Amino acid sequence: MSAALSTVRPAVRVRGAGLAFGSRTLWSGLDLDVEQGEFLAILGPNGSGKSSLLKALLGMQSLSAGSIEIAGGRPGGANRKVGYIPQQRAIDDGLTLRGVDLVGLGLDGHRWGTGVFGMRDRRRRVAEAIEAVGGTAYAKQPIGRLSGGEQQRLRVAQSLVGDPSVLLCDEPLLSLDLAHQRAVSELIDRRRRTADTAVLFVTHEINPVLQFVDRVLYLVNGSFRVGKPDEVMNSETLSELYGTRVEVLRVGGQIHIAGSQSSLCEDQPHHHEQEAVG
Amino acid sequence: MFDFAKTWELITELDGVQTALIAAAVLGLLAGILGPLIVMRRMSFAVHGTSELAFTGAAGALLIGVGVEYGALLGAVAAALLLGILGTRDADRDSVIGVILSFGLGMGVLLLSFYKGRSANKFGILTGQIITVDSTNLTSLVISAVAVLAVLACVYRPLLFASVDRNVAVARGVPVKTLTVVFSLLVGVATALSVQIVGSLLVVALMVTPAAAAARVTASPLRATVLSVIFAEVAALGGIILSLAPGKPVSAFVTAISFLIYLVCRVISWARDRRTGVRVTAPAERRPVPVG
Repeated sequence: MSAALSTVRPAVRVRGAGLAFGSRTLWSGLDLDVEQGEFLAILGPNGSGKSSLLKALLGMQSLSAGSIEIAGGRPGGANRKVGYIPQQRAIDDGLTLRGVDLVGLGLDGHRWGTGVFGMRDRRRRVAEAIEAVGGTAYAKQPIGRLSGGEQQRLRVAQSLVGDPSVLLCDEPLLSLDLAHQRAVSELIDRRRRTADTAVLFVTHEINPVLQFVDRVLYLVNGSFRVGKPDEVMNSETLSELYGTRVEVLRVGGQIHIAGSQSSLCEDQPHHHEQEAVG
Repeated sequence: MFDFAKTWELITELDGVQTALIAAAVLGLLAGILGPLIVMRRMSFAVHGTSELAFTGAAGALLIGVGVEYGALLGAVAAALLLGILGTRDADRDSVIGVILSFGLGMGVLLLSFYKGRSANKFGILTGQIITVDSTNLTSLVISAVAVLAVLACVYRPLLFASVDRNVAVARGVPVKTLTVVFSLLVGVATALSVQIVGSLLVVALMVTPAAAAARVTASPLRATVLSVIFAEVAALGGIILSLAPGKPVSAFVTAISFLIYLVCRVISWARDRRTGVRVTAPAERRPVPVG
């Protein structure tokens, strides 16, 4: 991932970026290049500014210092080439919205007008995006009546239907069971391999996506490390980042972090309940 | 019970009935199109609050002797903006509406108590007085309705996005807050217009009930809008026609038809769920789809 040698512009370029709220600095001096087709996991404990970084990339949060270039433009302005997958959230089962409508909004929901023109082309693109995530069977059902896993598959289709060059994911696996975690992360990985889309994946848990991750950005208490999973996810680096003794164990292709403080516990989603497997 | 001959005679010969029917058709269209968005955005109570403030405005206008419709418009737009801006957080939205609604209603009652004119005028603001719509009113009604629909056509897609999928809409750069204000304005104008037909107490029957009924039988936003327009038209036009022969208030018939349609739609959705054995279990209990 040598940016200096590459003639292609990186999908995301962050230079000297800092974000502070009052006297509290979330992070500063952040330099980051994400190449086309690269899968970057953004990790860190709660309050480390993972979500704020994602907001800055979306143009919803302005930086205190530095600059961001994404998909060849400024955050916000280049939004059309940026796909976004949110966390799974409960949707009211009486909501007048089907899967196809949700995906369709991902294609042109940001555009003015009623959208009655070009319906046929739109319908085809939406159907293709849904087919690609294997959601055709339930795409015409009310979205609120689908399971969390079915909703997230459609969320992947919603984010990809506009053919983005950068995909920003905000804990898209949270509250999914293991089978759906695998299915959704495989869909995201397939996209970046087939279409060279850069993926920035905010997560509290690296294991479901570990096999796909090229590099990790680990944020803790205002400092950070960027590198290959092995370079960052080891006892020495994380101990240094956290400023306390942290033990990183590799068990059967998974990474487990054991620290003296419970706040380091990466395996626990803090705000949301885990969906039961079954 | 229902006198066809007399009703037909009244429609063709009674002055103002045809004007009233045209006015009702225009309002039915407007309410039917706005309704699904109101229901999606959970603004039913806000619409009720807005209509009560339209009553306050109308009462003020009656007292100082300007057109009731201008007072209603002023009150409704002010209320819609207040509710749209103050009540954007889910947690305090209902209470903000309750606070404004009760204060506005109280002021309206006070203003009416100063009014020394015909008491029928007072009652009319609350329960509707469609038959008094004249051709000048009709022209301004049609112009206002066309203006609302034109603005709605421009903002429809991002508004739908912001209404059903707020977080992703924000992330995609949709100006969600601006759209909230714009939609509040549209609802304010539409409410002020509806107040003239069904009265402020019963606006919900035209702006919310048809859309709520449609939402029971379809999950497609487009189909829900078409159904909602049909339901609103049936309620508004049917209500006026049925009210002619007995000479009873229009609003009673409009609300009754609207309610009946809602009940039928609920029964249809219940029967359909039973037949298809739809899963109404909690998400955690659902069977996961095999990984492909």
